[in-house]
Amino acid sequence: MNALLTVTGLTVRLPLDGEPRKVLSDVSLGIGHGEAVGLVGESGSGKSMTARSIARLLPQGAQVEGEIGYAGTDVRALRGQGLRDFRSKVSMVFQDPRAHINPVRTIGDFLTEALRVNRRVSRRVADGQAVRALEEVGVADSRRRLRQFPHELSGGLLQRVMIASALLTEPRLLLADEPTTALDVTTQAEVMAILDELRRERGLALLFITHDLELAAAVCDRTMVMYAGRIMESRASALLHERPLHPYTAALTAARPSVLRRVHRLTTVPGRPVSAFEAPGGCPFAGRCAHVEDRCRERRPDLRPLAGGEVACVRAEELHQEPAVTRD
Amino acid sequence: MTEAILQVEGLRKVFGAAVAVEDVSFSLAPGGSLAIVGESGSGKTTVANMIVGLERPTAGRVVACGRDRSRPPRSARERRERGHEVQIVFQDPYSSLDPRQSPAAAVDEVLRLHTRLGAPQRRRRVEELAELVGLDKRQLAALPSRLSGGQRQRVAIARALAAEPQVLILDESVAALDVSIQAQVLNVLADVREHTGVAYLFISHDLAVVRQVSDEVVVMQGGSIVERGPTSRVLDEPEHPYTRLLRASVPTLGWRPARRLTHFSTEAR
Repeated sequence: MNALLTVTGLTVRLPLDGEPRKVLSDVSLGIGHGEAVGLVGESGSGKSMTARSIARLLPQGAQVEGEIGYAGTDVRALRGQGLRDFRSKVSMVFQDPRAHINPVRTIGDFLTEALRVNRRVSRRVADGQAVRALEEVGVADSRRRLRQFPHELSGGLLQRVMIASALLTEPRLLLADEPTTALDVTTQAEVMAILDELRRERGLALLFITHDLELAAAVCDRTMVMYAGRIMESRASALLHERPLHPYTAALTAARPSVLRRVHRLTTVPGRPVSAFEAPGGCPFAGRCAHVEDRCRERRPDLRPLAGGEVACVRAEELHQEPAVTRD
Repeated sequence: MTEAILQVEGLRKVFGAAVAVEDVSFSLAPGGSLAIVGESGSGKTTVANMIVGLERPTAGRVVACGRDRSRPPRSARERRERGHEVQIVFQDPYSSLDPRQSPAAAVDEVLRLHTRLGAPQRRRRVEELAELVGLDKRQLAALPSRLSGGQRQRVAIARALAAEPQVLILDESVAALDVSIQAQVLNVLADVREHTGVAYLFISHDLAVVRQVSDEVVVMQGGSIVERGPTSRVLDEPEHPYTRLLRASVPTLGWRPARRLTHFSTEAR
């Protein structure tokens, strides 16, 4: 695959209670030109940290091992102007737009800052570009919006402003970290529609981070499932959803109630999701898995190719043969 | 139909110039489960707050267990009696527990207030309630900071059930939980209803959760009810355009999210 972004063996430790604790463990992934990839996981799975590592937005004191390559450049070695250029090509949209926008500056200031400061574009030209970007994400009356302050806009509208700002520098890759989680369902549908449309029109690659497996499967070509700082499965979305390879993916699918039908009891997974530094030796999911065997606890299973995707489970083949075991 | 355990008639709430809730009526049968569905600003939480007594209705009536509770209680005794009728579990399990109180102490406090049980009986009752919601001994003695979101939410449910209410209001009580934990809590809620006969008023924006836990549903938009009926009918054959829009906004495989430009101008302030 001619990948736009490649991550190889990424391990990240963050200082927690004065000690470096592992939050990502040997993460490898690739994103092709114009490809939409979903990254799904529960809290502490490392999905946001993966995106932050790529965008070079890790907190101070983070220890990073592994390689991150973007279109042939070593992202981890970038400094100064090189890093600024990289960030204009790889934009990020966050979950809570209100936490990532200066409340005392206007929407116009926010949208045009990067253009004026980094690219030395005049205010008038920058304003014109901002107006067009807002129209592109479906914000009506965009000239007036430039003079408004963040508190005057609803959450859905503000998230559209964030997407517009991410698009202004004409990126090739958009890292979207739960961009719709704080939004109402109908607004979520609109924001997803906008992302989907922009992606197709501009050939933009997308790393879409969410806790919602169904949402990821609905809008992404390929979905990766993370648990305890590791990628457990990576596969075409339709396949992953219909016949998951990893017991954890199957458990996630079965645990989520369906809007189509009621079940007598939801199939639950005992225990709670763990972070990378809490995970036991061997397979990190072993303690909660219904199909666990002794060998699962002995060695960490590597991510290996199977059935058109990749999976990190030693029993994947045999479980894949008997789908009745994992699904109701 | 049997006598309703909770009845709401012509409820209205005005904040300044804004009408938050307009002419909302519904009833809940003993042991039943009713969901109020809506998005932010639909007035669903305001309705819950008025039933519990955290907001005073501008107009309309709330009757629980045959007693009017539209006005604040006149005495401490009346307030306590109301605690036997309706209890609530909030959305955020991180802000709804006292950080210095163990779950066992939190549940015991409610038992002391609402029952005449002696200390040994209360201890037994705390254990019963803990077992009902799936908390073990260690978790009962731990401080909330040591518990996960799902465990905290179980504590909040156990504490609410300690008052032996007839109606339990669950205001987005599983919305903040991870998928695997959410399933555990939803099963706990099903068990509790089966074993205690408590009725649920479930406030939620999540149609899949609503399908799983409720028998009946009312859909609210902009403070008013736009559709009501059995949950399966409303979700399978929604009649009101807003209910249809909500239903179509749930992502499923092959879902193509719709971009509706008309909506932008109405939402924009």
